Amino acid sequence: MKNRAGDITSRVWLVAGFAFLYLPIVTLITLSFNESPLVTTWTGFSFKWYGELVRDVPIIEGFVLSIKIALMTATASVVLGTFAAVAITKFKRFPGRTLLTGMVNSPLVMPEVIIGLSLLLMLVSVQRATGFPDRGMLTIWLGHTLLGMAYATVVITSRLQDMNPQLEEAGLDLGAKPWQVFFLITLPLISQALVSAWLLTFTLSLDDVVLSAFLSGPGSTTLPITIFSRARLGLNPTVNAVATLTVLVVSIGVVAASVWISRMEKRRAQEMAAAFRMSS
Amino acid sequence: MGRMGRRFVIGVPMVFLLVIFALPFLVVFKISVSEMDGVRFRDLLTWQDGLLQLNLKFSNYRTIFFEDDLYLRAYLSSIWFAGLTTVICLAIGYPFAYFLARSRPDIRPALLMLLMLPFWTSFLLRVYAWKMLLADNGVFNNLAIALGLLAEPVKMMNTPFSLTLGMVYTYLPFMVLPLYANLVKMDIRLLEAARDLGATPWQAFWRITVPLSQGGIIAGALLVFIPCVGEFVIPELLGGPETLMIGRVLWDEFFSNNDWPMASSVAVVMVLLIIVPLALFNKYQAESALGDKR
Repeated sequence: MKNRAGDITSRVWLVAGFAFLYLPIVTLITLSFNESPLVTTWTGFSFKWYGELVRDVPIIEGFVLSIKIALMTATASVVLGTFAAVAITKFKRFPGRTLLTGMVNSPLVMPEVIIGLSLLLMLVSVQRATGFPDRGMLTIWLGHTLLGMAYATVVITSRLQDMNPQLEEAGLDLGAKPWQVFFLITLPLISQALVSAWLLTFTLSLDDVVLSAFLSGPGSTTLPITIFSRARLGLNPTVNAVATLTVLVVSIGVVAASVWISRMEKRRAQEMAAAFRMSS
Repeated sequence: MGRMGRRFVIGVPMVFLLVIFALPFLVVFKISVSEMDGVRFRDLLTWQDGLLQLNLKFSNYRTIFFEDDLYLRAYLSSIWFAGLTTVICLAIGYPFAYFLARSRPDIRPALLMLLMLPFWTSFLLRVYAWKMLLADNGVFNNLAIALGLLAEPVKMMNTPFSLTLGMVYTYLPFMVLPLYANLVKMDIRLLEAARDLGATPWQAFWRITVPLSQGGIIAGALLVFIPCVGEFVIPELLGGPETLMIGRVLWDEFFSNNDWPMASSVAVVMVLLIIVPLALFNKYQAESALGDKR
């Protein structure tokens, strides 16, 4: 379209939109280097709050626990999400299909206070009857996995839909068993989606406050719970330092992973094109 | 796939979700009508004098609907803020997604990456960051005073303004992404045809682009509206006395008052409130999972 006014509007809108999205992040990072404990009053550049962080036991303990839970959550979510995505895309008819898709999609939008409360009350009922499980890492992990599985299923489903079904059919025609086809053809083809889903659920778990607050017990305070309880009281310079580190690590991880994924995709597309040329 | 394999693939996620997601709702419903017996809940069915007794207690629901208007006000106010957030997200997000979908193909992946990054980095920390910008002694007020634009700080934190801003900020990507996915697939030849037939770009936009992107609008609106109704963290960090939200009411019933039956009743009513949008969302997701049937 040769529409100069339209071009300018488009550019201004995009720039303004991105500025809106990034303004708080830039502020967070800048002020983490502020020497003043008043956070928003700039008095000088300093790494002071990063030094404080090393001695901040609740933050470090919360971080270790959160990482453990996030690793377990991401792995379990990807496994369960793969099952659910295969069930939904490969089997078009089975009893309970609507129920399964409904249950897997609802956590995406269901307010977390409802999920957290209901899961906790069930776990408490079970615990009163059987003495297991105590509130803590395990119960937080269950809650995060429910949420993570929903996200993982969406990511993996969309990849499975784009996949060429002939590749799997060819495997079956050549005499491979269904499980062999799944492990040798399907899984490698959706590996990028599995990596994205793993990373997404990892960050989701690392960030969650509400489910963790409902499901945690004494001695199982995750990093977001610690951050949230400080943020509630007001501005806090150590929170800025933690925030900056988190944002940096996550950004680098996500950008690196997406560059790697798009390279893999290009290479695979080239290899497949070459293979099809040879066979025809 | 073999029968056993098929059953296994369907069974594993099904059982997990039934136990971890569906069953808890029944428990919540049960507790919402349970009487407390000290620290334990009375069983709903008990034998007394050789008679089967049904111990149901609906007083929590009576309190919600008739006795204490706090709850109804909180529900209405939550719907109001969620609706307002959805409308603003659509107004900002639609042009944003549209221009993104029409941007130069060589820079589009980078722009998408820029859009996704905040979505990946901690939501809690980004909400906290608004506190620094909006506080009375925050960045905006300090800057305006330093530049001589303001004589005294303007109160922005803990107002309906800061709450709405925080929710729009947090949920904007949820609106933009489905809209973008929809708009980028749109057949550009339809717009060319419209132009050849004499439509102005404006007419073509309203009569072709918008109706065709209906699916994205619905998906985006539901992805914003439903979680916003029960939002807790944003009202807790950015809201104030004028911003009553039901998510906070539930939280307080549970954590401050330790009234589990009341918290459960609040949750049950909240589920009823969002059940229609939730069903719509599931229908939309199921349709898009079966491939685009236009």
